[in-house]
Amino acid sequence: MFEQILFYFFAIVAVISAVNVVAGKNPIACAISLIVTLGALAGVFVLQDAHFVATIQVLVYAGAIMVLFVFVIMLLNLGPEDLDKEGRFTRLKGVGVLFAMAGAALLIWNFADYSAAMARIGPGYGGLEQISGKLFTEYIIPFEAISVLLMAAVVGAVVIAKREL
Amino acid sequence: MVSTSHLLILSAVLFSLGIAGVVIRRNAIVVMMCIELMLNAVNVSFVAFARQMGGVDGHLIVFFVMAVAAAEAGVGLALVIALFRHKATVNLDEVNLMKG
Amino acid sequence: MEKYLWAIPLLPLLGAGINGFGALTGALSRRAVYIIGCTVVALSFILACLVNWELAHMGGHGEAARMVSVWFTWISAGSFGVDAALLVDPLSGVMILVITGVGFLIHLYSTGYMAHDPSYARYFAFINLFTFAMLLLVMGENLLVMFMGWEGVGLCSYLLIGFWFTDTEKAYAGKKAFIVNRVGDFGFLLGLFVLYWTLAHSGAEATLSFTGLAELVETSPVSEAAITAVCLLLFVGATGKSAQIPLYVWLPDAMAGPTPVSALIHAATMVTAGVYMVARLNFLYVLSPVAMTVVACVGAATALYAATIGLTQYDIKKVLAYSTVSQLGYMFLAVGLGAFSAGMFHLVTHAFFKACLFLGSGSVIHAMSGEQDIRKMGGLRHKIPYTYWTFLIATVAIAGVFGTSGFMSKDEILAFALAANPEYTLVPGWLLYGIGAVGALLTTFYMFRLVFLTFFGQFRGGEALEHHVHESPWSMVVPLVVLAALSLVGGLLNVPEILHGGERLHHWLSGVVPQTVAKVPIVGHGAELGLMALLQLLIFGTIALAYTMYIKRPDLPAMVAGWLGGVPYKASYNKYYVDEIYDRAIVRPIHSISKVFLWSNVDVKIIDGSVNGVARLLRLLSEGFGRLQTGRISAYAFSILVGMIAILAYVAVK
Repeated sequence: MFEQILFYFFAIVAVISAVNVVAGKNPIACAISLIVTLGALAGVFVLQDAHFVATIQVLVYAGAIMVLFVFVIMLLNLGPEDLDKEGRFTRLKGVGVLFAMAGAALLIWNFADYSAAMARIGPGYGGLEQISGKLFTEYIIPFEAISVLLMAAVVGAVVIAKREL
Repeated sequence: MVSTSHLLILSAVLFSLGIAGVVIRRNAIVVMMCIELMLNAVNVSFVAFARQMGGVDGHLIVFFVMAVAAAEAGVGLALVIALFRHKATVNLDEVNLMKG
Repeated sequence: MEKYLWAIPLLPLLGAGINGFGALTGALSRRAVYIIGCTVVALSFILACLVNWELAHMGGHGEAARMVSVWFTWISAGSFGVDAALLVDPLSGVMILVITGVGFLIHLYSTGYMAHDPSYARYFAFINLFTFAMLLLVMGENLLVMFMGWEGVGLCSYLLIGFWFTDTEKAYAGKKAFIVNRVGDFGFLLGLFVLYWTLAHSGAEATLSFTGLAELVETSPVSEAAITAVCLLLFVGATGKSAQIPLYVWLPDAMAGPTPVSALIHAATMVTAGVYMVARLNFLYVLSPVAMTVVACVGAATALYAATIGLTQYDIKKVLAYSTVSQLGYMFLAVGLGAFSAGMFHLVTHAFFKACLFLGSGSVIHAMSGEQDIRKMGGLRHKIPYTYWTFLIATVAIAGVFGTSGFMSKDEILAFALAANPEYTLVPGWLLYGIGAVGALLTTFYMFRLVFLTFFGQFRGGEALEHHVHESPWSMVVPLVVLAALSLVGGLLNVPEILHGGERLHHWLSGVVPQTVAKVPIVGHGAELGLMALLQLLIFGTIALAYTMYIKRPDLPAMVAGWLGGVPYKASYNKYYVDEIYDRAIVRPIHSISKVFLWSNVDVKIIDGSVNGVARLLRLLSEGFGRLQTGRISAYAFSILVGMIAILAYVAVK
């Protein structure tokens, strides 16, 4: 019961901020809204016993990535912009996209079956021990690949943003 | 009782909003933020299914997704900066060398 | 000897290739071209003699004496097969001798006649090519190879008539020849199609090979109507190629070409192709009395008709042209009556004396520095004696004076007409005899008119021309002498029975063209001899008449022209206005239909429209597709989204 109220609370906050991300005029406002969304989603994760994920969501996503976004927005000194000047039929396109997605979702919903029972979970579920246990044994190769990817990203970002090549 | 379906609906809504944003917005940084939004929606889906199946594989995938999102955001923002240096704008419609 | 059969046509083709190369590049000297051009034909002649020698020793008395040489299988489409093959039997043996023999003499003559023409290499290339095509025509083993030669000679005729194409009129004459020929060829093709189709439909194994057809036609049940249709359609082709009514109109205009060309193509060889074709297909024609009668009647009518026109013409070559049309009429009369070997005999003798006449006229024109109007000639017999004597001999031959080759062949045809077999000739034979006899007298008259006006009397061409009159070089005189001799003695080839002759040519041809049509004499032996004598008397009388009219009393022709209000004269002089009629009735309507309807509507609107329309459609499509590539990222993202939803929907519904 309590769980449900919390879930709805977090979900609605997430959705409203997401709308603001999409429709906001000021890029900073969009960034802040996205941070709020991320936070709300972290809450949802906690409700699903995904503690580790929630933690790194706040630490990495909201804490590092979004900060980077804010840095860049500030650096480029971007001001608010008019949504109407953003090309023709913007609102129409947006509504259209939403309807299309809704239709797709309904279509899939029709044919999919999500009614299986929730599994029973142990006490350490979603905790660091379970996660790291899986990470460094089963998923070791993706882990290493990710580190290579991150290195590549770092090198790429440095090269691209250099003043002179 | 919060079932998987609730979370999936949430995920779908967020995903749609993300796509709408990508299609509508012309500011490059806002578009990237909408992409992040889509990635988060997918994360929600993974967590939901992980919870339903009782394993932590879903959490691990979320972990990887976040890492990739970070890498992508880094490189993407570097591109935006380089673009801004060239054209003094982040308006995607103006990043267009095609004639006619 | 079979191995060398292909060399006979291919040698002139080689000559044509080399000379053609010389024409294009100018690399060959005049002498080289002459030597190459004449040698290849001479070699073919020698081979032809050898082939005939061997044929004579094959089989028993020409029975089934033939040589076939297959080069490759040309067409093999289901049940329809045609080989690229040559067939030489006594019939084609005679033809190849004439073609290469007379052809060689004319090639030799050309070296003299064209001595001052800058396009000598092109000329020799073309006449070599013509020789190749003509040989292919007569040596073809089946109707398709023959048709290839048929078309080839038509092409070469066009090329050679319009040889001096810078003169528009001459070029136009070449065009006219080709187009009229084409009309005939269309009939020929239709005949081929009908023949093959009826044979195939009657269940037999249809073939276009001559030997195969001969066997097939005996056994398979094809209706007489179909055979008649085939024969008539093929004859349409013959009227085109051999200048009979109604498709003769190109031949007089064809005199625009060089004179040796007129001799070779329009006297000795190409125009005889139609006669050869009917003789070759004799087994088909004898199955259809209707077709044979049509052939005979058209031939007789043409013989008389052309002779009437020849009476009034003033161009020396035009007189000879109409004479050729007329003599061809005699040949068709012969084959139409069923006297196939008589027709072939006249073909051979005609080649001799007509070639001699044309070459002689060329010699005259050469002496007259290009003048062709006989009103400006006269008294040339002392100045150019060789030309005069050979011309006279050939004229005597064409008139059919007793003993000459012309007499032997023409008289035989007339005798056959008198004894026409009613089963095969549906009009009375004596009628055809009468027409033929009148035509013979007219022939005598206009030919001697030509001789008298050209060679006798005073020179009417003016002082300047008179000084330039000179005899032709030996290269031109030698062929004249040879042909004149042949015109005299060529009759010995086939002296008819009635004169106690051996009829050698008939026996030679009997294996291929059996005189299946038996004579049905309506007059007795004595009467026949009597008629022959009477005709001779009339011939001499005509010669005397011509002498009187043109030498003794030159005022007479003008008076005769005035008879009956001058109408017959004008009609004859203007060729009965046939060219004008054709122009009004056929050429102009086709022109206007082409211009108004076919060109502006069909061609411009429909054909151009559809081709341009395709281009326009493509442009519209590409412009439309081009608009997809805006360069705007949001548009691309949008299209990705659309695609993604489409795929999702598809997968979900599946």
